[in-house]
Amino acid sequence: MIFGAILAGGKGSRMGIDKPKQFLMLGEKPILIHTLEKFLLCEKIDELYVGVHPDWMDYAQDLLDKYMNENNTIVLVSGGKDRNSTIFNIVEEIEKKHGESEEHIIVTHDSVRPFVTHRIINDNIEKAIQYGACDTVLEAADTIVVSQNGEEISEIPERNKMFQGQTPQSFKMSLLKKLYCDLSEEEKNILTDACKICVVRNVPVKLVKGEVSNFKITTMSDFKIAKAMVMEE
Amino acid sequence: MLNYVYQLSSPKIISVKYKDIDIRDKVIVRPNYLALCHADQRYYQGKRDAKILRKKLPMALIHECCGVVVYDATKTFKKGQKVVMVPNVPGKECEGIYENYAEGSQFLSSGTDGFMRELIDLPSDRVIAYDDIDDRIAAITEFISVGMHAFSRFEKIAHDYREKIGIWGDGSLAYIVACILKYSCPNSKIIVVGKNVNKLNQFSFVDETHLVDSLDENFSIDHAFECAGGEGSFFAIDDIIKYIKPQGTVMLMGVSENKVAINTRDILEKGLTFVGSSRSGREDFQRAVKFMENKSVQRRLKTIVFEDEPVKDLVDIHRVFANDLNTEFKTVFKWDI
Repeated sequence: MIFGAILAGGKGSRMGIDKPKQFLMLGEKPILIHTLEKFLLCEKIDELYVGVHPDWMDYAQDLLDKYMNENNTIVLVSGGKDRNSTIFNIVEEIEKKHGESEEHIIVTHDSVRPFVTHRIINDNIEKAIQYGACDTVLEAADTIVVSQNGEEISEIPERNKMFQGQTPQSFKMSLLKKLYCDLSEEEKNILTDACKICVVRNVPVKLVKGEVSNFKITTMSDFKIAKAMVMEE
Repeated sequence: MLNYVYQLSSPKIISVKYKDIDIRDKVIVRPNYLALCHADQRYYQGKRDAKILRKKLPMALIHECCGVVVYDATKTFKKGQKVVMVPNVPGKECEGIYENYAEGSQFLSSGTDGFMRELIDLPSDRVIAYDDIDDRIAAITEFISVGMHAFSRFEKIAHDYREKIGIWGDGSLAYIVACILKYSCPNSKIIVVGKNVNKLNQFSFVDETHLVDSLDENFSIDHAFECAGGEGSFFAIDDIIKYIKPQGTVMLMGVSENKVAINTRDILEKGLTFVGSSRSGREDFQRAVKFMENKSVQRRLKTIVFEDEPVKDLVDIHRVFANDLNTEFKTVFKWDI
């Protein structure tokens, strides 16, 4: 089976406002709802899970009741202390219901990337089935500069080899679980990105072409851009 | 859901509009194959009147498309069902008036966004299922339905002397009208009159083809379909009036940007009936799908379809419009954007 895992565990502290950013209104609906709808419209996804910060579970449920059709089964899962623990709370929930299987695919996505496209989601599913793991990326538009100390440049890598990571990140669930369980607690604290877990264990991660518009709404400026894109401003 | 709508903002410039759509009472379709129409090309090239362009743009082009249902709040279709979509938005319902002519009706890609979108949201009665049709052929269903609409009106209006039916024009529209007539009127001689020998050769299944400048003085037809349009409209209509027998019916189907002078004296003298026929409605789509399920019809239609490379980004959209200019008949392409 193919599962969508929407990561909405953030508390929104970077935004400097009270409400986590995935719950802010963009047009007629909260950002989270836009993202969920895009996944609902992907015919290959069998079930959709959302990892939400424990404090916001009731609020998230209220939103689902208000905006989603009652026929759409979306499972809310309590988020963990970081990104990966939220993913694995969702994995646990999926396996409780459907058992373990080599066939299970999990498509993880930031709830605050509502402009994800149908094509990106489908390409993720295709590559995860074929290769086991994939990451959505965008060719770097700006020159990337490496600085070891934050004060001076230590390296300027060739730009044509540089990509910016987006989401979805998609995996064969059994593979991801095996790699994650293999990590020490210390490694788990450092390796907060699921693709990075694969990379450090030498598991190839294929690239899926992202979109500039599939950006993460993190700051108030991002939010203003998103609003302008949907012609609100 | 935030949908990507690929709009023509001014001639040869495509930009993305992000449109919030409500999925709760709609059928949501992922476009699969799209087909270009002359009307799209005229907008894209900026060949419409400047006033019209100012009024209608920005707007997503394309009204010929097949796709796959990805979501249906109305529970009419299953996920994965292959469908074609009716671009006509019915206006005021009025008995005896076809939905495509009804007051207040709209047309997607003429004043409102067409099918160049990431996902298409439509009421369930604007969506028609198909199964046993090649997707690349299903993409031109709207085009076939326009022919079906004209034919069904012709059936109701034209007198029963139908020994010879003439078609003026040698392009895609003439081809599909010829196909429909050939399969639907087995006792009539189908005659195509055109300007281009190579294009006329494509009409291998009709009874006669003639070059427009070599028509015999004794040439005659009982009824006619005008499928020339554009600059050819005047000459086609003039010829038809000359060669048609009394009380014949003339189906006008070709679009012309300019007004066309018509020999009304001979129309009156012969008592001719002129019928304007444009676009189509749900019933015509249903007829078209049934017609296209015939494998022989599909093979015929395949010969006028040029499949361009898939469209994966904005640059590819421009490539398809450019390639279409060098295609004699229909251009279809997979929508992978």
